[in-house]
Amino acid sequence: MTATLDTRTTGSRPSPPGSLGSWWRQVAALTRRNLWHVRREPAQLSDATVQPVLFTVLFVYIFGAAMVIPGGTYKQFAIAGLVVFNITTSTMGTAVGVSADLKSGVIDRFRTLPMARSAILAGRTFSDLLASILCATIVLLTGFVIGWRPGNGLPGVVAGLAVAVLFAYAMSWLMACVGLSVGDPESAQGIGLLVLFPIAFVSSAMVPIQGMPGWMQPIAEWNPVSAVAGSLRELFGNPNPAALRDNFPSQNPVLMAIVWSLAIMAVCIPIARARLKARTVD
Amino acid sequence: MTDAPEILAEGLRKTYGEQLAVADVSLSVAPGEILGVLGPNGAGKSTTVRMLTTMTRPDAGRAVVAGHDVAGDAQAVRRVIGVTGQDATLDELLTGAQNLELVGELSGLSRRTARARAVELLDQFELTFAADRMVKTYSGGMRRRLDLGASLVARPRVLFLDEPTTGLDPTSRVRMWEVIRRLVADGTTVMLTTQYLDEADTLADRISVIDHGLVIAEGTARELKASIGGEHLEITLEQPDERAAAALAPLAAGPVQVIEGGKRLRAPIVPQHGLVTAVVRALDDAGIPVDDIEIHHPSLDDVFFSLTGHAAEEPVAEPTYETSADELMPTR
Repeated sequence: MTATLDTRTTGSRPSPPGSLGSWWRQVAALTRRNLWHVRREPAQLSDATVQPVLFTVLFVYIFGAAMVIPGGTYKQFAIAGLVVFNITTSTMGTAVGVSADLKSGVIDRFRTLPMARSAILAGRTFSDLLASILCATIVLLTGFVIGWRPGNGLPGVVAGLAVAVLFAYAMSWLMACVGLSVGDPESAQGIGLLVLFPIAFVSSAMVPIQGMPGWMQPIAEWNPVSAVAGSLRELFGNPNPAALRDNFPSQNPVLMAIVWSLAIMAVCIPIARARLKARTVD
Repeated sequence: MTDAPEILAEGLRKTYGEQLAVADVSLSVAPGEILGVLGPNGAGKSTTVRMLTTMTRPDAGRAVVAGHDVAGDAQAVRRVIGVTGQDATLDELLTGAQNLELVGELSGLSRRTARARAVELLDQFELTFAADRMVKTYSGGMRRRLDLGASLVARPRVLFLDEPTTGLDPTSRVRMWEVIRRLVADGTTVMLTTQYLDEADTLADRISVIDHGLVIAEGTARELKASIGGEHLEITLEQPDERAAAALAPLAAGPVQVIEGGKRLRAPIVPQHGLVTAVVRALDDAGIPVDDIEIHHPSLDDVFFSLTGHAAEEPVAEPTYETSADELMPTR
């Protein structure tokens, strides 16, 4: 052991504590930590990397022949839906990640540091935002490989991705609330699945709403996932059977997608912050 | 006028559900001092530390650390403290260096400063060889050292060590003591909780003894040991012999007790080189055969027995954040 440990106190820090600059630095540090985790355990990200490829190929080839899409082929119809489907289900990662953090010893270290608690959630949802961009991109690349084409070219794709990623960000805050409400990551995963898969399926993501039973149609029409799917189809320039239906959400998918995303965030962000506070002070 | 205490707790109280973890704890630590909080499992040591480090809100009482109130100004307290507990608060999937860098950045250091500080601490704790290995691969002793390093990243004025050597093997324990001793030479104020009298004795300037959520004694190690008698010899003779006490008296540090009808003797001693040999020789010269001779070191049980009239209790379950290491270390 070398010379006396230098424990002289330094009063100063690079940016004043509590300032916005220091908050961003904390969020960046926590995001980097989550990315380091992914590098060590890439399997963590399989629902954003493997699932998109698998589902895209499976759905297009298994359902493709049987489905009749007014105005186009199933392949051209489905890719937009697969983007929103996959990024929605992959937000389960936020629930699991938040729950795992709360269960680990690391949270006890964070609780004695002069950091903003909110940075923990911001860092988690931001790294999951990056994951959803990756997920969406993989769906589009897979689609492109098997023959999908965006009628509106690259600008349409970028616009569509922006809407999709906004929605995924909102959903990850919802999933953060789930993660903060359960006791362990396994429960978080279970509940996440239970919540996300029905939402993702009872929508226009994988099938035109016209084919659903009468009672299910209004649910599917007002489902935010349908709004995002419709937005993507319009923006990408792909066949959009929902546009044939005469109701507000079907006629204004982009507006609905943005409104839903902002509404979900407006509700879930404060709840998540309150729940984190409750879970980290006893 | 004396300096204001660096740590001040008055009437702290905390109940978890039905269980009163801390009943009424008051203590005071001067700047640069090391206070040892000594007590068995379930005494309320960890809960007291949690209240002083803003992790837990006291139900009653108040506490001030480095001039900041723990309830009213928690962030200010966190800026000046470092905390290490029994459970390492490390991220298993990150390397040692990454763990320290993360703590640095979250404490407000720039990335470059955090990285430099990490290198410095890894060197000082002799962990450079494992800096780029995942903490998952570290031994228990290495984890504790890294965790202690993490609590020092921001150069805290006040350091809280909650049972720093519980569950460690003897070598790691001694090593940790050395580290802690060097730590405080610079004037950091330290509050250290422990269940081991020898640890409190070795490291602390003053000791507060805590039992069932109350402080039952306070003083220097010497004062405490004086009240319980310090080290003593226990000698068992082959048969009772009334000359033994007289033979022993010159070598003892106090009155010799004769028990079991003269067959056993107890004598307080000042441990020193050659003492036991001298005792055996003295008894041998007097023609008194000795069956067994034992040096008895004062233990937490002795302290407790003398202060409370009963032994340190069996572990009372503190809330679940305590590790199972508690159950591995029965009260001595």
